[in-house]
Amino acid sequence: MRKEVRISGFGGQGVILAGVVLGRAAAVYEGYNAVQTQSYGPEARGGASRSDVIVSDEEIMYPYVRRPHYLVTMSQEAYDRYAPQVREDGLIVYDSTLVEPNEEHDVEHVGVPATRIAEEQLGLRIVANMVILGALRELTDLVSEEALKRAVRDAVPPGTEEVNVRAVEQGARGVRE
Amino acid sequence: MNWRDLIRWERMPHILCPGCGNGTILNVLVRALAEKFEAGELDPDRTVLVSGIGCSSRLPGYVRLDSLHTTHGRPLAFATGLKLANPDLEIIVLTGDGDAAAIGGNHLIHAARRNLDVTVICSNNLIYGMTGGQVSPTTPEGAKSTTTPYGNPEPPFDLCELVMGAGAPHVERWTTAHPQQLKRAIHRALERDGFSFIDVLSQCPTNYGRRNDLKSPREMLEWLRENTSTKDEPGKIRIGILRDEERKPFHERVHELIEEVSGDEEGG
Amino acid sequence: MSGRVEFLQGNEACAEGAIAAGCRFFAGYPITPSTEIAERMSERLPEVGGVYVQMEDEIGSLAAVIGASWAGVKAMTATSGPGFSLMQEHMSFAAMTETPCVVVNVQRGGPSTGQPTKASQSDVMQARWGGHGDYEVVALAPSTVQEMYDLTVECFNWAERLRVPAVLLADEVVGHMRERVILREDVETVDRELPEEGEEVREPFPLEPDDLVPPMPVFGRGHRVHVTGLTHDERGYPATDDPEVHRRLVRRLCNKVRKRARRIHESVGYDLIERESDLALVAYGGCARTVLEAAEELNATVFRPRVIHPFDPDLVRRLLDGYEVLVVEMNLGQYVEMIERALDAECVHALEYPGGYPPTPERVIEEAERLQG
Repeated sequence: MRKEVRISGFGGQGVILAGVVLGRAAAVYEGYNAVQTQSYGPEARGGASRSDVIVSDEEIMYPYVRRPHYLVTMSQEAYDRYAPQVREDGLIVYDSTLVEPNEEHDVEHVGVPATRIAEEQLGLRIVANMVILGALRELTDLVSEEALKRAVRDAVPPGTEEVNVRAVEQGARGVRE
Repeated sequence: MNWRDLIRWERMPHILCPGCGNGTILNVLVRALAEKFEAGELDPDRTVLVSGIGCSSRLPGYVRLDSLHTTHGRPLAFATGLKLANPDLEIIVLTGDGDAAAIGGNHLIHAARRNLDVTVICSNNLIYGMTGGQVSPTTPEGAKSTTTPYGNPEPPFDLCELVMGAGAPHVERWTTAHPQQLKRAIHRALERDGFSFIDVLSQCPTNYGRRNDLKSPREMLEWLRENTSTKDEPGKIRIGILRDEERKPFHERVHELIEEVSGDEEGG
Repeated sequence: MSGRVEFLQGNEACAEGAIAAGCRFFAGYPITPSTEIAERMSERLPEVGGVYVQMEDEIGSLAAVIGASWAGVKAMTATSGPGFSLMQEHMSFAAMTETPCVVVNVQRGGPSTGQPTKASQSDVMQARWGGHGDYEVVALAPSTVQEMYDLTVECFNWAERLRVPAVLLADEVVGHMRERVILREDVETVDRELPEEGEEVREPFPLEPDDLVPPMPVFGRGHRVHVTGLTHDERGYPATDDPEVHRRLVRRLCNKVRKRARRIHESVGYDLIERESDLALVAYGGCARTVLEAAEELNATVFRPRVIHPFDPDLVRRLLDGYEVLVVEMNLGQYVEMIERALDAECVHALEYPGGYPPTPERVIEEAERLQG
């Protein structure tokens, strides 16, 4: 099992943190190997921001994502840029509040209104990243729900643990329904 | 303790030219230190001399204390590490006008801004002596040097104004023609906590004097005496105590912060 | 290996390794892609009673580190290309004054400001020969986040053992990636040998000390030593006109490192994966991750050194003689020159890959297949 995940959006949405949480869940709490990388510098400011994670039960040598199995995307610009790179048997999970999918991309798509869920159900727009991460987990079973929640608690700012964990739960519910 | 015990006699004769102002500075410094050691106000085992490059920077090598002869312009940066890593050390930085004001100008203003607890003695002889008499940032306008054969077109730095502008709390200027006053200034500087800067106008007969109509060390000392004043007099260089204030030294602030943070850690 | 399991950036792991090694002083200047090391040190050092200071430039940073080392404290700085260039003045000074210290260089593309956020391995020769004069350093190249931790500890240990500047020759690949790391609690740490406190040391720099490394008479303990960057005799006094003193001094500064090349390689370790093949791939640092993957596909032998300097030609001959060797590095050919000097140069080939990213395994496989005709 070796899965390449790209989480993308625009600056300020917490896509880097989402990647770190996923990598941490896999590497620290599941005993998998995981590598997280991201874009830096001018490339990382504004525009499309991305956080890449590779999860594997074998050693990960080359650390960069080449053709993602899973693309999580929270902005139209990132969707347009990265959707063509997804493997044919891959999956695109998009924030349906912000992204209009393009039918030309012949890959399975699942829309989750992550930003709307964050705003309406959690009262905090900035936890949309955890909502969509919860949705990804539910759809892919990359890591267990328990591992993901533990990693969330470790990585988010102190005092915000519970709202972030609830965001993960709401994201999972969003795709179950 | 006698000052003679502080000299590395096996290194004599020293490399300074006859009549060099650095001889006076070394003489005054070891006497001031011997008095401090004798009075028990300083511990010779915890007193460190640090210097850069130039004639004045050779002085630590003649003193029987721990000493670090570093790179050109950087003694204050080395001293920053020494003092922060071991705040018990009493650090004296010996530097010159080229070392402190040209290549080391950045370290000088930042050490003053931080209020690093060191005593800086700057042998300001208006010239690069070691390399044979090139213009320096304190060479007077119009003066001759091997690289200003038609006269210096640049205005000089006033080093005391420079370090005061950067925040130095204790600043004095004296000359090698004022050895007693200089010794008292070194005493004061050693007693102050924080950045003490002593600008010592000094003579370089070999490389400055003979190109600028000051033929002998005696003539140069007379020039220093006549052209300086402890009062504000027109046409004369102001000497004396230019600033004497108190400000918390850098190492104390850093170590208070460490205590606060590490205390928090231990307390959970 | 016991210790806390974390998911960290290489740069963060480096800072943790430094603290585990006993580092209690950091002076630095922000520069991409090394800045996370300074940031983490500024947070962590005060917690363990250590000092962090941000200096006015990189020249002052390494000066302050050397000052702290002479105050008896293990000290480090971290930088990248342009800052490493500024530090060369004091790499040379640290070598001459035999000051243990650690300099981390998270390499980025150059020359000059080059590619601030991209990876490179183009400072391999600068690490050894960047400063003026004859001297040797220890330089180690990590390939994983765990090695950012472990090899930082090794850098401190070799710096302390040999009284030399040690360079962690990292790169943006390993500096910025996150991976699982065990913050080992059982690390072995080495402290410099000190003379008896209170004893005046009359010959702090003996011309031929045991093991070529004299004890370090740090300041404030009554040793009354003079330390200078000038050529000095055994008393530490300038002896700039004596050719014999200079010859013996610089030979010892080099020999104390060179003569231990084999021991350093054995102690720090290297990867050798032998396969039934005429082809051996050689790579180090972040780039080695590509090559390890490609070699599996190619069924080729791989050699991954962790020690870049001192080079050990005997080891390379022993391991790689008889192979067609392909060296892959993110520069226009630096480590390959050392390999060429150790082996029959006709059998040594290079995939030179500057640009900011390591080559993909596919690119390496393509090159290897081209080579094998």
